[in-house]
Amino acid sequence: MEWFDTWGLSLIVFLPLVGALLVVLLPREQEESHKWISLITTGIVLILSVVAAANFDFGAAKSFQYEVNESWISAIGANYHVGVDGISLPLLVLSGFVTLLSVIYSWNHWEEPRNPKAFLALMLVLLTGMNGTFVALDLVLFFIFFELVLLPMYFMIGIWGDKSERVLPVFGKTVSVRLYAAIKFFLFTLFGSAFMLLGFLALYLNSADTVAGRTFDIPALIARAPELTMLPVAGWIFAGLFLGFAVKVPMFPFHTWLPDAHTAAPTVGSVLLAAILLKLGSYGFIRIAIPILPEQAKQWAPVIAVLAVIGIIYGALACLAQTDMKRLIAFSSVGHMGFVMLGIATLTDVGINAAIIGMVAHGVITGLLFFLAGSMSHRYHTRDMDRLGGNQKLMPMLGGILAFTAMASLGLPGLAGFWGEFMALLGSYSPLDGLSLGLFRTAMVIGAVGTVLTAGYLLWMLQKVNLGEPKAEWDDQKFHDADKFELAAWVPLIVTIIAIGVYPKIVFGATTEAVEALVKTAFGG
Amino acid sequence: MTNFLLAAAEEEVHSAVEAAYTSGFWAEYAWIMLVIPWIAVLGIIFFGKRMKYLGAEIAIGMLAFNTIWASILFILNITKGVVYEGAVTIAEIGSNLIFELGWVVDGLSIMMYFVVSFVGLVIFIYAVGYMKGDVRVTWFFASFTIFAGSMLVLVGAPNLVQLIIGWEGVGVASYLLIGHYWEQKENSSAGMKAFFTNKVADIGLIIGAIMVGVTLGTFKFSELSNAAAEHADSLALVAGMIGALLFFGAMGKSAQFPFHIWLPDAMAGPTPVSALMHAATMVTAGVYLMARTFPLYQNLAEDIRPWMVAIATITLFAMGLLALVADDIKKVLAYSTVSQLGYMMVAVAAGGYTAGVFHLFTHAFFKALLFLGAGSVIHAVHSNNMSDMGGLRKDMPRTYWTFVIGSAALAGIIPFSGFWSKDEILVTLGHEGYTAVMWIAIAGAFITAFYMTRAIMLTFHGSYKGHGHPHESEPVMTVPLIILAGFAAVVGFLNIPGVEFGGRGNFTQWLGMREVVMGDHHPTAPDWGMAAIGLGAALLGVLAGLALFARDKATQQERDKFEIPALYPLLRRKYYMDDAALGLVWLIKAPFARAIDWINDYIIDGVVNTMGFLTAGLAQLVYGGLDQRGIDLGFNAFAYASGGSGERLRRLQTGRVQQYASVFVGAAVMFVIGFVIFG
Repeated sequence: MEWFDTWGLSLIVFLPLVGALLVVLLPREQEESHKWISLITTGIVLILSVVAAANFDFGAAKSFQYEVNESWISAIGANYHVGVDGISLPLLVLSGFVTLLSVIYSWNHWEEPRNPKAFLALMLVLLTGMNGTFVALDLVLFFIFFELVLLPMYFMIGIWGDKSERVLPVFGKTVSVRLYAAIKFFLFTLFGSAFMLLGFLALYLNSADTVAGRTFDIPALIARAPELTMLPVAGWIFAGLFLGFAVKVPMFPFHTWLPDAHTAAPTVGSVLLAAILLKLGSYGFIRIAIPILPEQAKQWAPVIAVLAVIGIIYGALACLAQTDMKRLIAFSSVGHMGFVMLGIATLTDVGINAAIIGMVAHGVITGLLFFLAGSMSHRYHTRDMDRLGGNQKLMPMLGGILAFTAMASLGLPGLAGFWGEFMALLGSYSPLDGLSLGLFRTAMVIGAVGTVLTAGYLLWMLQKVNLGEPKAEWDDQKFHDADKFELAAWVPLIVTIIAIGVYPKIVFGATTEAVEALVKTAFGG
Repeated sequence: MTNFLLAAAEEEVHSAVEAAYTSGFWAEYAWIMLVIPWIAVLGIIFFGKRMKYLGAEIAIGMLAFNTIWASILFILNITKGVVYEGAVTIAEIGSNLIFELGWVVDGLSIMMYFVVSFVGLVIFIYAVGYMKGDVRVTWFFASFTIFAGSMLVLVGAPNLVQLIIGWEGVGVASYLLIGHYWEQKENSSAGMKAFFTNKVADIGLIIGAIMVGVTLGTFKFSELSNAAAEHADSLALVAGMIGALLFFGAMGKSAQFPFHIWLPDAMAGPTPVSALMHAATMVTAGVYLMARTFPLYQNLAEDIRPWMVAIATITLFAMGLLALVADDIKKVLAYSTVSQLGYMMVAVAAGGYTAGVFHLFTHAFFKALLFLGAGSVIHAVHSNNMSDMGGLRKDMPRTYWTFVIGSAALAGIIPFSGFWSKDEILVTLGHEGYTAVMWIAIAGAFITAFYMTRAIMLTFHGSYKGHGHPHESEPVMTVPLIILAGFAAVVGFLNIPGVEFGGRGNFTQWLGMREVVMGDHHPTAPDWGMAAIGLGAALLGVLAGLALFARDKATQQERDKFEIPALYPLLRRKYYMDDAALGLVWLIKAPFARAIDWINDYIIDGVVNTMGFLTAGLAQLVYGGLDQRGIDLGFNAFAYASGGSGERLRRLQTGRVQQYASVFVGAAVMFVIGFVIFG
């Protein structure tokens, strides 16, 4: 497996791009070929990711493996530096996994204006961006992949998104839902990344006194963390990074792009957005912001914790006010990512492990919820929960899976969602030494109250959508229950949710050592 | 598997009792009891529909297997004593935080394995008859199996995290089963109410567990008990807090005031669900948790025990009163359960580990019996209301006689089981110095006897007021009644002070070698004085009930004549607790949630959109004559938005390249700014 050590990660990152190119080159009529090329490409990418996981040396999970470090833009010292450690490995596998399932689901689910060729090509480009972000060990490379993700998603929302129109509050202006959402998503993220980029540049410029010594290399910057974190501008740098990542997560109050983007996006777009894209932000905190600027992370931790718990409560309450099923699920992400950020804010190995398993769990659970919401609106042609009801009766299988997933989403112990929440709270009880115990323990209690509200809105959604008698308007309609493509996409997610729930070592086995080393390097002890 | 029980075992060996405790095959493989329910669930879901009894076979087979296994353990425990603890690691975080799934085999858990499996088995068999022709029999048995399986995971848990897993599984199963007839909104709402109320209480359990985990570095009950017994300093600091939080969690599942509100509504489910929930699988979980962590309360968290006693006392008395005015026979039983849970809790809180657990044990049999009896009646008259019943003793003799036995056991009439367990609670309260509470509990015994007499009179005596002609239920339902009646009659003998069975004393000793760590009071000879007082109160209640309800009255109003004018509306409205809870939920859902939604759309998004429009306007102003499409993203967004759709699509695709180019220009500009600022 010599070749794999050097080429494995690059294949995982760039193979989708090759697939996209093939898809683009084939004429538009050959839909079947487009589908098969996408399926095979994403399939190989997933297999390669699994091979990477299987050959991963878990005993050395804290060091980067399959590392490649080649000079790239020598003028500014930017390198093509990639590698995975225990922190990025689960996320890398997750992104290949969810994308493959999205291709399978897409097989016979196309939203207007159809055009599978363009859609699949975008999906493959997206995969390159996501995988690239998770393996990049150079700030320039990271930034490029981080931004690359924007474009395909922008087009997915803008072209295949919700066709209806809405009136903007306050301004009273009528806008197309999908275009408003697409632009908002794009601008918001761009706004954040502009500051993030400034932060990256400042890190580069301060990494050494001479031009030759300056570097964008993440491990090298982490090694220089003790000096970097003492810089007078370090606070500003962290603020820049914070903005970039916080918008992506998204944290309150930078979250308003999320419900719009999710609601407007086509099903697969929502799935990938929720399952992977949001994680780029929280991953950025763990990979870049905290280890390079540990002192600033300590200063900002209370702020992050407070915003995280506001997000938890705020997201849950907002969910309770929704009438649109997809928008409800979208808002639930604000709350769930709040738990992830609360875990990160504790700056302990428990909290950061919680964040990673929380990310994976949210990826599979909320991804599945969006699949289900998409399939339902495909059949009912509405997402209005006041018109739905009795879904369990019309489509028992789909309804059953929805009930299961809602239970997983509310953090039911024994399923994947539990560990992230429970351990985030556990971490908040004893955060890093020096952080305010009072604040974090208050956050813990509020977070625990948030779990109750979470249960509240999910059960309420189930009651409105799944239970009761179907409304009269659906009387003469025939509904077909989950089809084989849907099941092929969903069953693996269900199995994953249960597997991680019962045996969380699937994730922790990779992360725990890497996280421990990270915390030790950053904060000593 | 260091375990305080094992430590005790070693001492026993030293005192020359050869092999006082065994583990052996049955204990080492007891995990099978915890695992097979889940295999059964899958089997029912995938194959149930094709089977003759729609999957009930699998559920019953699984519980029969578990009953046999638990009985063997029970017998081994009586004769030799069994202690074992095993676990597998499911995650390690760093070096000091380990999550495990495992199984614990000791007196307490063996008793629970037996109760859950055996009582469950009887109820499952009954359900085959009761649920015949139901809309979703297969799904019912799948959920039923999840219910039993979760409870087994809960009682077998060697640590708090596994307990939480089982605990929430029980909650979900109850949600599914209470809302079994989810076509009607009130049923699914009842399920939600149960789940939601429990979830509120779970905050306490989860935070309590977290505090145990952080303080001790382990979630194991055995370590917690050891630390408590040794008065470990680290634990002593937070023990009161942990005790209070765990109790808070227990209050939800065990329906202690004011979390009791979910239980009476839980009657929305089919009657076998109520039987299982009240006897074996759900409401006992809180009492079990208190018993499992008893050393903590005994040794370190003593300060909060009076508070626990107070809450339990309110529960046992006030909730009993509510049973006096209920017309729904299942609600009478539901309130009696809440009241009896108060008895169990007050016993454990006051220091009577054995007394509380023993009452849990006897209650499981007679309450299952009473619910199944009520189900048999409901099955016959097609109504839950006692105002539609009356005179059924002639038509349903087996149901009648078994119901009377169950009522006698509940009311505490000698020699039925409830008498012995309630007597032990009263003795404990007296011994621990809670005299006032003891008298309230005696008054509670009077009320219990009173409302059960009322229920029997209204249901089985007088003249029939319903429609049609009721018949006795078929044997698949009556045989379980008879079996349970047998147990309800005799299990009380297992713990008569001074009377021994097998080779290891009686129930008190079987619950583990508690004298090493726990020091609860257990009399060596019966306290006949206390027995006479308790029995007297009960008999007085029966007489009062007969006096008021023996004569047949036509209407509900007349029959509830005893009502005290001021108290009656209060009781009928359930002390307005439900209204208060509903008000709170409404408050969160309507004004709070709407306000947040409004803030989101008008304030936060208002700022965002204003910025967008301002930028657009500014750009318009500055670059007015230049290429607007290329540079001004914000403006274009809204320009596209207001255009026609076909045209817009085309422009979206063509204009995008320029826009993204502008983004890179923007990024380049920022590079330059960056160099200027930081360079």
